[in-house]
Amino acid sequence: MSTNNSITFSRRAFLRSSSLAGGGMLIGFNLFQACKPKVIAEPAIDLSTLAYNDFNAFIKIAENGAVTIFSPNPEIGQGVKTSMPMIIAEELDVAWKDVYVEQGILDTKNYTRQVAGGSQSIRHGWDALRETGAKAKQMLVSAAATRWGVDPSECTVSEGVITNAAGETLGYGDVVKDAALLEVPEEVTLKEPKDYKIIGTNIANVDIDKITTGKPLFGLDYKVDGMVYAAVVRPPAFGQKLTSYDDTEARAMPGVLDVIKIGGKVRAMLEEDPGFESKISSSDKIVVIAETTWQALNAKKAIKAEWENDLFMESTENHDQMLNGFLKGTQFETKRKDGDVKKAFAEADEVLERTYESPFLPHNCMEPMNFFANVTDEKIYLAGPIQTPAWKAGLVSKMLGRPEEDIHLEMTRMGGGFGRRLYGDFVLEAVEISDAIRKPVKMICTREDDVALGIYRPATKYRIKASIKDGEITGYHLKEAAINSNMYGLIPNFFPAGAIENYQVDVVSYKSNITTGAWRAPYTNFLAYAEQSFFDELAELMEVDKIQMRLDLLDKVKPDEDERIQYSPDRMKEVIKTAVEKSGWGTKPDNIYQGFVNYYCHNTHVAEVADVEIENGEPVVKKITCVVDCGIVVNPLGALNQIEGGVIDGVGHAMYGELQFDAGKPMAHNFDRYRLIRMKEAPIVETHFIKNEFSPTGLGEPTLPPAGGAIANALKAATGNRLYRQPFTKTPELLKVPSKEIIG
Amino acid sequence: MPTYQINVNGESRTVDVTEDTPVLWVLRDHLDLVGTKYGCGIGQCGACTIHVDGTAMRSCSLTLSQIDGKSITTIEGLSEDGTHPVQKAWKEVDVPQCGYCQAGQIMTASAFLDSNENPSEEDVKNAMHGNICRCASYTRIHKAVMIAAENMD
Ligand code: FES
Ligand code: FES
Repeated sequence: MSTNNSITFSRRAFLRSSSLAGGGMLIGFNLFQACKPKVIAEPAIDLSTLAYNDFNAFIKIAENGAVTIFSPNPEIGQGVKTSMPMIIAEELDVAWKDVYVEQGILDTKNYTRQVAGGSQSIRHGWDALRETGAKAKQMLVSAAATRWGVDPSECTVSEGVITNAAGETLGYGDVVKDAALLEVPEEVTLKEPKDYKIIGTNIANVDIDKITTGKPLFGLDYKVDGMVYAAVVRPPAFGQKLTSYDDTEARAMPGVLDVIKIGGKVRAMLEEDPGFESKISSSDKIVVIAETTWQALNAKKAIKAEWENDLFMESTENHDQMLNGFLKGTQFETKRKDGDVKKAFAEADEVLERTYESPFLPHNCMEPMNFFANVTDEKIYLAGPIQTPAWKAGLVSKMLGRPEEDIHLEMTRMGGGFGRRLYGDFVLEAVEISDAIRKPVKMICTREDDVALGIYRPATKYRIKASIKDGEITGYHLKEAAINSNMYGLIPNFFPAGAIENYQVDVVSYKSNITTGAWRAPYTNFLAYAEQSFFDELAELMEVDKIQMRLDLLDKVKPDEDERIQYSPDRMKEVIKTAVEKSGWGTKPDNIYQGFVNYYCHNTHVAEVADVEIENGEPVVKKITCVVDCGIVVNPLGALNQIEGGVIDGVGHAMYGELQFDAGKPMAHNFDRYRLIRMKEAPIVETHFIKNEFSPTGLGEPTLPPAGGAIANALKAATGNRLYRQPFTKTPELLKVPSKEIIG
Repeated sequence: MPTYQINVNGESRTVDVTEDTPVLWVLRDHLDLVGTKYGCGIGQCGACTIHVDGTAMRSCSLTLSQIDGKSITTIEGLSEDGTHPVQKAWKEVDVPQCGYCQAGQIMTASAFLDSNENPSEEDVKNAMHGNICRCASYTRIHKAVMIAAENMD
């Protein structure tokens, strides 16, 4: 039965679900007796109310053939709670209408990589989830074959019904208990993509009914009996620490149960795990515990706290000077070096050098940070929105000196993540609070808290220099000056690495006491704009066609000779050519100005074309044509949503996003002073997929980075002005359309 | 603490709260109606939108005395079974990404459509401009409101 598609899959994933101890969601084996075969006739049955028999950690099956599939990964709006179970259901061979999806809990024994990050859930889950479904199907078929006394190869399956050569049928629900006792097969045959019935079809978000009727789903909605609410007073500026406080007034306010100080446990943990240092303040914090959210938030305002400046109080001007100094200096670390850029520059006919600047960005997840914790002697119950549950369980275990087995962690649906919820600083706070008061508690942030508690996308500057000799690009030198960290992994090997003989990427960073971290498409969210603006300028200088220049560069890339080059020049060329065709590049009327970008990140190839029109003398981004090669599209309906969201998010932050600091204090705290893109500013997004049978890659991030570059290039076409600094609205004079005479 | 009588989703409910408690937190903490969301608390994002006598209002910026004698509808009471034309359009288009802002979007859209029979694309954009969707599902929100507009009674 072994084919190219078969992969040996860890037996651990098939440990029967009785090992999901503490889950409390699974029903025991002997409650139900199998009877007549049946699949569901009426989809109107509420599948969540059926009684199910355990099969394994991913699957349980009801008597009537309905299947519950556990979605192992956290759902932040990227759609994996729908698409991952679709992959299992495909190979399991059940009808999607018979599937009910439940969020799995943190379970490192049975699930691998329960992370929402890096657009990797689908890419990493692809083989394992297909294997899970296919092996379960094979076991169910074997159980039926045994019952009939026939060979499994004589049986066929359609939508959860097994049929033998004589035409007799058994439903999955009839044989689930027998099947669950069988040995897990080592190898299975996976379907050919042409036989897919679920993958590639449009499946609505599995939580759509709950979302549209306001059912509890999110961390902020999570409630248990006896739960109290905690609001935390943190240092108002980065670099400050608590010296003293007066809680007399707060304690007298209605509903206030206690006021405590926390911080010690986090500090002790940081000594053991300094890696988390740039993610959390080590100052003491004051916590108001109350019966309701409003009481806690209200009483928090009555706390009188004194803070002292403990570290350097950084301002945006300091960052600016620091990064400029770095770009001039020599303290770089080289991330990739081909040939000799110095020599190329010395021998060049022409050299172009440009600098691009980006600000700090908060994530601004729509649901502010919050977490539930209940620390008891027996167990540590945690629940809430977290992108990295296993990492956080490890930190909590360290912080409390308790084994990880004591931790029961439930992931709620998240009101956005964007990277912010990779860092569970708020989880640690909730745990420290519950450990101190020994009550179930929900730590809640206001929007103001949430912005000030940022683990921001740090300000970054790129300086790019290229040399031209005899009409060829001979050298390319990219310098990155950033804050707290630098580009990682394979990013220094993204396009145009491999296309230019003398190529170098150097990085340097400044250690800040403002907490920073990943923000949707880390580094590339700004790098793509810088490089793609630079390519356009290079083409203008060389007086060559902008698209042809990119295609010519791609012709030079030899991925077979350099394993660090993971983008495919062929796939890149195809998205470029498709984008040219679909966007009507070069054929638009004079009043439509276009900007082009091609980009590869998060394993996905993308090209975007922005259309800018002039309305009332102002350039307006009207439309983005987006061409995506993400391999097999698991759920086109969900994929389009991610793509549109990523593009518009990219446009919004390039246009408006900026958080400044003054003496360690963020200068905006809420949506009155911090501008997010809204309905009227959102362009139309027209998406085209490249159809192929490559394994699928993720879509949560890769369409965001190109958007900033596409609009910068289109705005240049419209206004004649090159934009070197984000957000673009920061330099309104460059967004003015000059009179025709000047342009012409 | 004073006792207030409020009329929510067709029922009269009694709550015991201080008078400065925003309606948003009365709904969420005291009445277990958590469909109405907190996003900003200052009337800027629309996540907390409810209907007060049929008009869309920001519940984070309303006190109980401001809704005295008025009837409140929340997302939970928009329809009995999720079949209001706006809810149906939202499902048809599969609008949500994270979903957090969507109750507020639906409440804004449904109040708008109640008083605007044949809105233009521009009218819809203006009506929805006050509701932030951080996931930027704007294209689908727009589409769903246009579909719902056709199906309103
Ligand atoms: S929470 Fe009320 S408008 Fe944002
Ligand atoms: S769907 Fe996430 S904020 Fe709108």
